[in-house]
Amino acid sequence: MTAATHGTTSTSTMKLTLRIWRQHSPEDGGSMVTYQIEGVSPDMSFLEMLDVLNEDLILRGEEPVAFDHDCREGICGACGMVINGRAHGPERTTTCQLHMRQFSDGDTIDIEPWRAAAFPVVKDLVVDRSALDRVIQAGGYITAPTGSAPEAHATAVPKEAADFAFEHAECIGCGACVAACPNGSAMLFTSAKVNHLNVLPQGAPEREGRVLDMVAAMDEEGFGGCTNSGECTIACPKGIPLQSIADMNREFFRAATKRRR
Amino acid sequence: MTTYTSYTVGDPIADTKAPDGPIAERWSRRRFEAKLVNPSNRRKHTVIVVGTGLAGGSAGATLAEQGYRVVQFCYQDSPRRAHSIAAQGGINAAKNYRNDGDSVHRLFYDTVKGGDFRARESNVHRLAEASVEIIDQCVAQGVPFAREYGGLLDTRSFGGVQVSRTFYARGQTGQQLLLGAYQALSRQIEAGNVEMHARTEMLDLIVVDGRARGIVARDLVTGQISVHLADAVVLASGGYGNVFYLSTNAKNSNASAIWRAHRRGAYFGNPCFTQIHPTCIPRSGDHQSKLTLMSESLRNDGRIWVPKAKADTRSPDQIPEAERDYYLERIYPSFGNLVPRDIASRAAKVVCDDGHGVGPGGQGVYLDFGDAIARMGRDKVAEKYGNLFEMYERITAEDPYSRPMRIYPAVHYTMGGLWVDYDLSTTVPGLFAIGEANFSDHGANRLGASALMQGLADGYFVLPATLNDYLARASHDAVEPDHPAVAEAVADVEDRLNLLLAIDGDRTPDSFHRELGELLWDECGMARSEAGLHKALDRIPELREEFWRRVKVPGTGAELNQSLEKANRISDYLELAELMCLDALHRSESCGGHFRVESQAADGEAVRDDKDFSYVAAWEFTGSGSAPVLHKEALDFEYVHPTQRSYA
Repeated sequence: MTAATHGTTSTSTMKLTLRIWRQHSPEDGGSMVTYQIEGVSPDMSFLEMLDVLNEDLILRGEEPVAFDHDCREGICGACGMVINGRAHGPERTTTCQLHMRQFSDGDTIDIEPWRAAAFPVVKDLVVDRSALDRVIQAGGYITAPTGSAPEAHATAVPKEAADFAFEHAECIGCGACVAACPNGSAMLFTSAKVNHLNVLPQGAPEREGRVLDMVAAMDEEGFGGCTNSGECTIACPKGIPLQSIADMNREFFRAATKRRR
Repeated sequence: MTTYTSYTVGDPIADTKAPDGPIAERWSRRRFEAKLVNPSNRRKHTVIVVGTGLAGGSAGATLAEQGYRVVQFCYQDSPRRAHSIAAQGGINAAKNYRNDGDSVHRLFYDTVKGGDFRARESNVHRLAEASVEIIDQCVAQGVPFAREYGGLLDTRSFGGVQVSRTFYARGQTGQQLLLGAYQALSRQIEAGNVEMHARTEMLDLIVVDGRARGIVARDLVTGQISVHLADAVVLASGGYGNVFYLSTNAKNSNASAIWRAHRRGAYFGNPCFTQIHPTCIPRSGDHQSKLTLMSESLRNDGRIWVPKAKADTRSPDQIPEAERDYYLERIYPSFGNLVPRDIASRAAKVVCDDGHGVGPGGQGVYLDFGDAIARMGRDKVAEKYGNLFEMYERITAEDPYSRPMRIYPAVHYTMGGLWVDYDLSTTVPGLFAIGEANFSDHGANRLGASALMQGLADGYFVLPATLNDYLARASHDAVEPDHPAVAEAVADVEDRLNLLLAIDGDRTPDSFHRELGELLWDECGMARSEAGLHKALDRIPELREEFWRRVKVPGTGAELNQSLEKANRISDYLELAELMCLDALHRSESCGGHFRVESQAADGEAVRDDKDFSYVAAWEFTGSGSAPVLHKEALDFEYVHPTQRSYA
């Protein structure tokens, strides 16, 4: 880590070369375009650095680089780009929480969209991740119509189960796992939701159907299979463990054999 | 170019839907008196819901479960990303699981008092009643709230109240509640009951014969303008804190849906009531694009101080104890660091304006965990606040275990919004506003962990009951797609976008937004004065005129064009900002988050004026740059008698 001086705003700025994927529409072939940028403060976030570039492009009469972003505090899951070949860049965090102090003056940075068969490019660095929504729609919920709920304390949930559920429920749906996977697999994403809901007593009645339907939806969307390369968990900004996939596989086999009986 | 600092006073408005009688029975009575729509007829009704946050997500799912045909919109690429997701702390509910004397009445009382007596009692009581059901609903959905070893739900205390009623899921309560609503919504999308339009932004409201009958929307990917017709329209599009440019809101959160509805006849309630949160990470430079909140829970163990000497540039560890001013503990000995948000924010501004601030530009105060670490040990502090410390270090490159955090107030929430009656209906029949989009239940100041409660109360429980009544009573002949009102709304939207694209000026949209934001922050932020507000009211029309002459928007309207999206939203902020300043100017009292320097006691405490200002200011639009009409809704307090708040 090329840390800035602790405790003070660094006054030294950086000059960088950016090579950014530009693609006007889904139909167009895209290409890497090179830009020079100066005056980058180490305290800027990566997206603020792109803001500066875009302001400059607008004034020069060029089209700014399109990218998805929203909360800029690492929780909405909207942002995501492949930075120097790594989903979300060199730190285990979201792109919006990556800061320029991770880079050095004179660096060249390659910036590309998520690359996966199930995530077609919309424009520049913006991709279509609606396939993830459809995986959730296939079973990533507990059927509990409003008003039908029993008193919250009617069912105690062991703390271990609640904590396990929470750790999987932390997934922000950014798609970095898919982008990092050599097969473009969404196993980490899908397993996180399956494990969150299946461990809870409230999720038990739909346990088998949930895992079978979500896995089927995942396959239909064109996500690849898992070959245990483990790239997904390294890229995951929320640290969903690789074990999650094994846990889902166990749920899947349990459900499949139960269905067959 | 016109400047307005005057306004006319129109007829007062009354909340005609709230039943009278004992407050604890009003909501039951209203529900019973509401007409119902026969289940087999619900499918014939289409309801538009704009937004998929806690309010919109929960409303869309619930209405679809009831059998209505729901057509829902969000500007994000997925309904799961609405900014409710970023709420950290928790959600209040009067469960009294701690047996610590909590009750529906106490939550009601705390909320009315915390709002500095500018909220409607009937609404707040209903909110407190619904809070209990919300927790049940969310647990049933699988929301992984924190639990005790016995398997029961854990709670913590929050924001100066004296009971432990805040349910939480680590520092990500908003995320977990939102995913619960999103998953319920997803089930209805799969079932074909909700037609979901992601990456689609509402740009105008269609009003036919005085009723809201649809919206005009833009597909943000293709640029296509489309018309959607319905029997009712629900706005759940959030607050307008982004008018300040820098805020804790998501970058694309915006006011366009509510502002366009306001232009079409919906009154805007208390626009000047904005909440400035005391504990945010200070800005690091001119490139700053947004501000990040550090949960209020940190004030439970952190001590806030500044150097006693002005412009003291020593490192904090070089400043001896005797040379530190723990100003909140000094001024408010009984509440200390846990005074309400508005008071903590203003105190930070006062010490910084006085030259005691720390960090870049002197815009910061220390939040010091040194004593907490000495008392509890580093591990215990890490267990409680570890994820927040990590987030702070990632952003600032400073280690809060060894060096006090620097914090400064930032715009966080807007209590103002579209005026609604007890049924959550705006002044345009058929147009409802829920969640932060309405002027809401928080009065002049929202308590911590109450936003999530209100969003979900509105969406899961209140709106689904009151919307039934509206749909059952009104007759809804189909609106022809070529109706003149439809054509007019579409033409307005297209003309506006085309104009933005045609100007081809020499300033970026963001440059206008930053300038407007700074102006508002200075003159309509934590402290407001008559002179400052006049200055802003003079400057805003000039800036708006300059915007429409000099803004530069590259590209076309028929594609993904983020500059066009921004410019369009900023054009609305340039009108909304003026109304905020006028509202702040007219309300010459101080209350909650609205502090008028002219209305303070000798010790600097805010002074409320109940004789002249115990009302909701509901503003009627009369044209861009033209003086609006003020309608007053008088506030009566039958149950919680107004007193001057005291936290000393």
